[in-house]
Amino acid sequence: MARYEARIDVSHLPGILDPQGATVERALPALGYTNVTQVSVGKSIRLVVEAENEGAARTQVEEMCHRLLANPVIEAFDISLSELVG
Amino acid sequence: MSAMVGIVQFPGTNCELDVQHAVEQLGGSAKILFHTEHDLAGVDAVVVPGGFAHGDYLRTGAIARFSPVMESVAQLAAAGGPVVGICNGFQVLCEAGLLPGALQKNAGLKFLCESVDLRVESTASVLTSQARSGDVLRIPINHFEGNYVCSPETLAELRGEDRVVMRYVDNPNGSLDDIAGIRNAAGNVVGLMPHPERASDAMLGSDDGVVLLRSLLAAATKRSALLAS
Repeated sequence: MARYEARIDVSHLPGILDPQGATVERALPALGYTNVTQVSVGKSIRLVVEAENEGAARTQVEEMCHRLLANPVIEAFDISLSELVG
Repeated sequence: MSAMVGIVQFPGTNCELDVQHAVEQLGGSAKILFHTEHDLAGVDAVVVPGGFAHGDYLRTGAIARFSPVMESVAQLAAAGGPVVGICNGFQVLCEAGLLPGALQKNAGLKFLCESVDLRVESTASVLTSQARSGDVLRIPINHFEGNYVCSPETLAELRGEDRVVMRYVDNPNGSLDDIAGIRNAAGNVVGLMPHPERASDAMLGSDDGVVLLRSLLAAATKRSALLAS
């Protein structure tokens, strides 16, 4: 069995309100960053999963996203996997 | 014997005693169902009350839906038993897939705690059977994530099947189509953001929630009689 670190980026679907992103976007110009738009604050979830191979690990993490980690009605997710060596 | 309403209590639930008080004041019986319980024997209807179940960690209602009690609640719902989710309970029922859609953050990005006017749209539900379509009820809301959202297909379905149970007269939170509450196709599962239990006595400023709770008690009594026969 190999160990894979999964980084899951959960973001709002287009059109879903993001108060944190909106607030940060309003705060940045106060620091002089007047050229910033489209600020979005999502969630980053990390976990380590043991699996036969990367494909199996990805399938399982995708299932976790569908069942718990993200709500498909309002959120999108993106998974990146890297094998942990040693 | 009066019908028994089971009120689900997750860690972080905070409206269970208010619901219990309101139910008992109207002559019903109520008992608290801890989230680890499986056994709903003797329970004729379930209320998933407001609060912050499991701290609302990850998303509102996301963890609560996996509580052991929710499996039994889903079974009761599938068997036609009355199930009502209030506020956080509505969020839990959506996460559990017992109702479609989701509740996102309020459009004004503010936590809202105020009394609002609601128009009864559908009386074909366990929560509104004793109300009249078009009735306006004044009932408090108390939420940050009460802005109902769903796909255009789901909205068309809800509208086409008379499944929007209540609408806000003056939309406070940006909810799609002014939706304050919806029901499943059979009408035995209802979710709403406003708190009828907080409008259950004139002393509280409004007793407009009584007609909703009476409807629920009537549905519970009907189910109790059905199971006894």
